[in-house]
Amino acid sequence: MAEKKEKLLEVKHLKKYFHVSRNEVLKAVDDVSFDVYKGETLGLVGESGCGKSTTGRTIVRLYNPTEGQVLLGGKDIGGKLSRKVRKNLSRRMQMIFQDPQASLNPRMMVKDIIAEGLDIHHMTHSNQERMNRIDHLLETVGLNTEHATRYPHEFSGGQRQRIGIARALALDPDFIIADEPISALDVSIQAQVVNLLQELQERRGLTFLFIAHDLSMVRHISDRVGVMYLGNLVELASSDDVYDHPLHPYTQSLLSAIPIADPKVERKRERIILHGDIPSPIDPPSGCRFRTRCPFAKEICARVRPKWHEAKKGHWVACHIHDEEIQTENVG
Amino acid sequence: MEHLLEIKDLNVQFNIFGSTVQAVRGVSLQLNQGETLAIVGESGSGKSVTSKAIMGLIPNPPGEIASGEILFQGKNLVHYSKKQMQKIRGKEISMIFQDPMTALNPTMRIGKQIIEGLIKHQSMPKSVARDRAVELLTLVGIPNPEKRVDEYPHQFSGGMRQRVVIAIALACHPNILIADEPTTALDVTIQAQILDLLKELQRKRHTSIILITHDLGVVANIADRVAVMYGGKIVETGTLDEIFYQPKHPYTWGLLSSMPKLHSKAKKLQAIPGSPPDLSDPPQGCPFAPRCPYAMKVCQEHMPDQAVLSDTQRTACWLLDDRAPKVEPPETIRAGGE
Repeated sequence: MAEKKEKLLEVKHLKKYFHVSRNEVLKAVDDVSFDVYKGETLGLVGESGCGKSTTGRTIVRLYNPTEGQVLLGGKDIGGKLSRKVRKNLSRRMQMIFQDPQASLNPRMMVKDIIAEGLDIHHMTHSNQERMNRIDHLLETVGLNTEHATRYPHEFSGGQRQRIGIARALALDPDFIIADEPISALDVSIQAQVVNLLQELQERRGLTFLFIAHDLSMVRHISDRVGVMYLGNLVELASSDDVYDHPLHPYTQSLLSAIPIADPKVERKRERIILHGDIPSPIDPPSGCRFRTRCPFAKEICARVRPKWHEAKKGHWVACHIHDEEIQTENVG
Repeated sequence: MEHLLEIKDLNVQFNIFGSTVQAVRGVSLQLNQGETLAIVGESGSGKSVTSKAIMGLIPNPPGEIASGEILFQGKNLVHYSKKQMQKIRGKEISMIFQDPMTALNPTMRIGKQIIEGLIKHQSMPKSVARDRAVELLTLVGIPNPEKRVDEYPHQFSGGMRQRVVIAIALACHPNILIADEPTTALDVTIQAQILDLLKELQRKRHTSIILITHDLGVVANIADRVAVMYGGKIVETGTLDEIFYQPKHPYTWGLLSSMPKLHSKAKKLQAIPGSPPDLSDPPQGCPFAPRCPYAMKVCQEHMPDQAVLSDTQRTACWLLDDRAPKVEPPETIRAGGE
């Protein structure tokens, strides 16, 4: 983990709304704020539809934010940007996608896929230099240099994800957003890719935003973890804090729901089973969005949206139970 | 004791593009009344094909059951005609499919999809069948079943649709329920609901379940016995505790240690190097040999026999041969046994 906590990315009150029809607005990401420090891995977890992928895609500007700021190295990259700035941005920030089958152009050779960024940014001056860069990248991700002239369909899932990683590394970025990079892979291959990502981080000092729904893998790779529910960030803390002392009821139930690959532990476990499904983000519940499924919901939860506050040092949460002001107000 | 279902030396192959993919190669399995057997393995290990073979759902062509027996209550299903199979399917053995989004007919009301089997198998009059459908929806925990029975699949969420699929599978009180990755497409909180539901139903009805999955967490939660498949073969089988705490096959070791532990933080995951074998040209010896850190010369050339380790545990590995060097399992496994 970074000794000196230098903020690489700041996300402030980020909102992303989609207009699904004339009168309906889907609030995929609704007022999310967090920082990513240099050299760390921030994990983002949540169930499908909670807005974790949209957050990632909005940061990397695959979507334009509806409201809010995204600062990379102190510079605002959220608003309208000139072509030049945008181009510069993509050199510093890259993305690894979920499905290595769909994210690689089947009609391009591996070398061209990897070098696409290099070509766009005119970063190589001769064919020889380009080839050297490609070979070097392939070796970095554990592929052979002979693989350069093959097509994506000739590779297995794990190898394709390695190609995707090589492509993301080509421009030497300092920040990488990995959106479910391992969920399409088999268990034994997942470990290979996660080890590769960690190795690259150590060697190159990369910063990761790791988006996934596999909570045990996120704990393994992340320094800090943010938990999202229905477009809101509900808890953010160091991964040990989130997993060992979760504060938000949603985090607690989410953690208790993961089956653990240990029969003795499983037999003894008590689950907090949530009832019902996630409400529609088109018409989310008032106040706290989790209140419809929360076992501790009180009257105030329907009225007031919980404040995003630091309950303990470095442990942020949005829940009335942990908001001291509200607690005292109720007692008084 | 007679097993409810017994598979003997099953071979399934697919003939495509002039080559033959041997998806299942000599699988033998037993299933007893009221137990849950989990079949685990990676994609392409043959676990889904095995389950489809039991259901008689191997598309022919290109697929065929090349040899072997599937004995259900002593009768060999392999020789059953299409018509005979239809009487078994849904009534005696039914299946829960992986993806609830595509397993339901989008143009048919939920109720009608549930009672389809009842009308066919039990020649139940429509009005009675409708009440049964409402009953089944209540059983699987769908709120407001009288109203929802007339709705269409798109009006249900993913978890609810999976409940409907389970209701359809349970409609005729089957003896065996085959669940092919029943929770893979669902979120963890919904997954916990569905697993609880399956366990409760099993308690109530004494149904036998074959669970096909790659998630060892799910296995630890629900299974009584486990069969580990790799490269179209069962490499190890045993009770839940035997597989998790005294595994003897290097592939099982690899599987167990490549999963991150939620409550302990190892620096690095133990990955299994390489990738699964190509089954159109399967290795002559042990399918795991090319990726096995302990592989010997004999492993490349001959498939090991199943070594009997206890009443329940069988492992196919040359390391268990008397002549083989003694190999200790990796530390992560031994630590888990305490």
